Amino acid sequence: MTPITVRVDGASYTDDVEPRTLLVHYLREQLGKVGTVVGCDTSNCGACTVHLDGEAVKSCTVLAVQADGSEVTTIEGIAGADQLHPMQRAFHEMHGLQCGYCTPGMIMASIDLLKDNPDPSDEEVREGIEGNLCRCTGYQNIVRAVRSAAAEMRGGTAEGASNGHVSPAVVDTAAAPHVVVEAR
Amino acid sequence: MTVTEDAADLAPAKEVGKARRRKEDARLINGRTTWTDNMVLPGMLHIAVVRSPVAHAKITSVDVSAAQQAPNVVAVFTGRDLAEEQGSIPCAWPVTPDMVNPGHPSIAVDEVNHVGEAVAIVVGRSKAAAQDAVELVDVDYDVLTPVLDLEEAVANGADLVHDHLESNTSYHFVFDAGEAGTGADTEQAFADADVVVSRRLLQQRLIPAFMEPRSVVVQPQGDNFTMWSATQVPHILRVMLAMVTGVPEHKLRIIAPDVGGGFGGKLQVNPEEILALLVARRLGKPVKWTETRSESLMSAHHGRGQVQFVDIASDREGNVKGLRVRLLADMGAYLRLITPGVPLLGALMFPGIYKLPAYRFECDGVFTNKVPTDAYRGAGRPEATFAIERIMDELAVELGMDPLELRRKNWIGADEFPFTTVAGLEYDSGNYETATRDALQLLGYDELRAEQQRRRESGDPVQLGIGFSTFTEMCGLAPSRVLGSLAYGAGGWEAASIRMLPTGKVEVVTGSTPHGQGHETAWSQLVADQLGVPFEDIEVLHGDTAVASKGMDTYGSRSLVVGGTAVVKAAEKVVAKARTIAAHLLEASEDDLEFASGTFSVRGTPGAEIGIQEIALAVFAAHDYPDDVEPSIDAEATFDPVNFSFPHGTHICAMEVDTETGFVKIRKYASVDDVGTIVNPLIVEGQIHGGLAQGIAQALYEEAIYDDDGNLTTGTFVDYLVPSAADLPHFDTGNTVNAAPGNPIGAKGVGEAGCIASTPAVVNAALDAVRHLGVTDIRMPLTPERVWRAIHHGGDGGDRAPARTNVQAVDSTDAPSTGGAR
Repeated sequence: MTPITVRVDGASYTDDVEPRTLLVHYLREQLGKVGTVVGCDTSNCGACTVHLDGEAVKSCTVLAVQADGSEVTTIEGIAGADQLHPMQRAFHEMHGLQCGYCTPGMIMASIDLLKDNPDPSDEEVREGIEGNLCRCTGYQNIVRAVRSAAAEMRGGTAEGASNGHVSPAVVDTAAAPHVVVEAR
Repeated sequence: MTVTEDAADLAPAKEVGKARRRKEDARLINGRTTWTDNMVLPGMLHIAVVRSPVAHAKITSVDVSAAQQAPNVVAVFTGRDLAEEQGSIPCAWPVTPDMVNPGHPSIAVDEVNHVGEAVAIVVGRSKAAAQDAVELVDVDYDVLTPVLDLEEAVANGADLVHDHLESNTSYHFVFDAGEAGTGADTEQAFADADVVVSRRLLQQRLIPAFMEPRSVVVQPQGDNFTMWSATQVPHILRVMLAMVTGVPEHKLRIIAPDVGGGFGGKLQVNPEEILALLVARRLGKPVKWTETRSESLMSAHHGRGQVQFVDIASDREGNVKGLRVRLLADMGAYLRLITPGVPLLGALMFPGIYKLPAYRFECDGVFTNKVPTDAYRGAGRPEATFAIERIMDELAVELGMDPLELRRKNWIGADEFPFTTVAGLEYDSGNYETATRDALQLLGYDELRAEQQRRRESGDPVQLGIGFSTFTEMCGLAPSRVLGSLAYGAGGWEAASIRMLPTGKVEVVTGSTPHGQGHETAWSQLVADQLGVPFEDIEVLHGDTAVASKGMDTYGSRSLVVGGTAVVKAAEKVVAKARTIAAHLLEASEDDLEFASGTFSVRGTPGAEIGIQEIALAVFAAHDYPDDVEPSIDAEATFDPVNFSFPHGTHICAMEVDTETGFVKIRKYASVDDVGTIVNPLIVEGQIHGGLAQGIAQALYEEAIYDDDGNLTTGTFVDYLVPSAADLPHFDTGNTVNAAPGNPIGAKGVGEAGCIASTPAVVNAALDAVRHLGVTDIRMPLTPERVWRAIHHGGDGGDRAPARTNVQAVDSTDAPSTGGAR
């Protein structure tokens, strides 16, 4: 067993771990951070993506001992209590998720993408998140969500995010009053 | 201002038709989910499965002694340990009276029949401890020849998958329209035809590849068991587990918490679900099994897997005279829940949208030493749609006709609905012409055809092709009597109930169990309109047999059409019961009451009114209600449809094919789908997108490949190519709306449409791009290697080479890298 100290979502943890323990298993099994999930065993699907010292990593490719002394942010820590990160809100608004299993990883990868490129084109979003697999959405609404969040985070509007997209979804963009945890 | 205008202003907008953002998202976007693998119970033990590394063998010995001694291992079980109590995985669809079912042990006892079959299970205090000890179980195999190829499996003298059976054929199913009285004599139609086109088409095996791996937790409590499982079908699972294990049904509670996708892949009674229950019963402790992705790809059921022999007969003018289909359908090693029935879900759909005078369908269900097949998005109908839409293109080429003109000449006219097909189905509604017109416009058809011409003339190495799929599908499973006539083991109804809570809030209980579709949102919209209560005041409960005791669950594009209708029927009963109470409280006759926007009012008596949410409180208090009624306005309903519903649409793909590299790229994809009335356009659009992605993936990327020894060589996401965002195009989607007459919502079902329609459009487009180079077929998926071979060597591109043959090909002219025979 090896002792490690890690800050996860703003709280500090000191634990003994087996050296072979993957970060994702440490997060899920020892810390109960089950918002981050496992989707494969070959680092292809990206469902387990978290931020390690501010950079997106697939937490199945990182040993827990490698995170010793680091700051980890998971889907559970990107917004304050009862708040939503603009990326979370955009995924909701643009219907960028269905079953939601890939969503935490997809959101974490997308936030990281915007750090490098605050105004990506459709193609740049598609290439930027190609390490994250989604089986439900066909990705189109994820692309819309990321571009919409990018616009909001740059301080603009989501205008142009649908780039000529012909879709019934744009017919009604009424607010969604059932979401009570909106960040303001 | 007139009174009418006043009323219109006050009436809240209808919920049905609104692009409501999903209620479900609130827990999915911030990691507050309840996936089965999240579940932790005190004292919980972990199961790891020892799986067969060989495709076909007798088990000569299993030595578990080292595993039993491993640290933190609690127990190890072999097939022999559980043989007496494991029963057989149920097959609910004996498609013919003489269908052969070899039985399907959850854990192998004497023989293994596919790679990945369970041979022992290790139970440990942690997942890691159990997994480590898997390596210590020593199994000796006496290896037999694996049966892998469908055509070889049905040949004379073939090796047998099951040596106690006479052949590898499970069943032979025939539908002949002439014999059924729904069409003319097929042989005569072919004898009289001017033109007959025959093709052998291949439907490769696919893997559903839901993102959430399967997982099951079982908690024993006295003689009761609670099972959490990542399943699409908790209700079916409960019945089947009771029948298989002997645990009485009323002692079993099944919970499907948040479930991360299914696509038919979680429409199953899994061996591991049975094993987890048996182990929990043996040990009296809670147990969990969660699969790895590799386990999932090799041991969860696959889909598709057909060799299709398709013949079409026509006159010179393109009037189709008959269709003949013979299938070899890959069952895999065993029959799971609806394995044999999947091809039959397509049997009646090969005629597609066309008015065929004659039709004959034959199917052999064939055993192989591969994991069983079963439902995968579309289940039978993508296979049928592929065959008819591919053969229509081949016929058009043979006749020198425009493929769309040939389709138009033969499709059912908008004024002919309801239309009874040659397969005896009654298509409910539709308009193929308007869907096609809209799709052509969305695509920018004329421009792309002009560009195709320019590229042809200039000899551009990148050629352009346009492919059509004008499809319909049979969904909304299903009328129970029809299922009965097809020998299916259950009904196709759905149940719902509505509980009016004292504070006026509403609980809707549905037997349809969602795993990503958005039932909570859509059902809330339905009920909001029916009861006139706010969308936010409604909660939808599902997926727990103790909460939603009756249900048939979610698959076959049935939830809204059947389950949604049950919800509407329950709401109608609530309103009827509330009307009686309202009349009593308002001291009026029921006949004088109007119900609108959630309020009963007395006609002609302004101010005399009471809201349905107030009535809920009134019956809770129950101080004042009529003598002859119960103090409740709760209601339940079970809906059994009288017909399937038939969504349709036109999908058009424009495809670039690089003739020098074989690389294909979708230039543009346009689809117009008619799924009847749209309850939530956002959800409908999302379902179409996701279906398109999977249908396109079959055409371009995905294939479960076994090598000559029966090893799955696509056993990880490195090799099994689920497409990423960069691999898929933007979709231009639209809808036409012809309401379904068979349900009060008017909905037809949407979950499978994109997946059923898109595959042939993509393949037809690629062929259209290179047909002038002499290419007549390319086998799916259209890998660059296959496309290049088809262009430069003819044929259909051949087998996708496993590693060994790649190596062999390095020195031959077959290798793309050598340039071949250009």
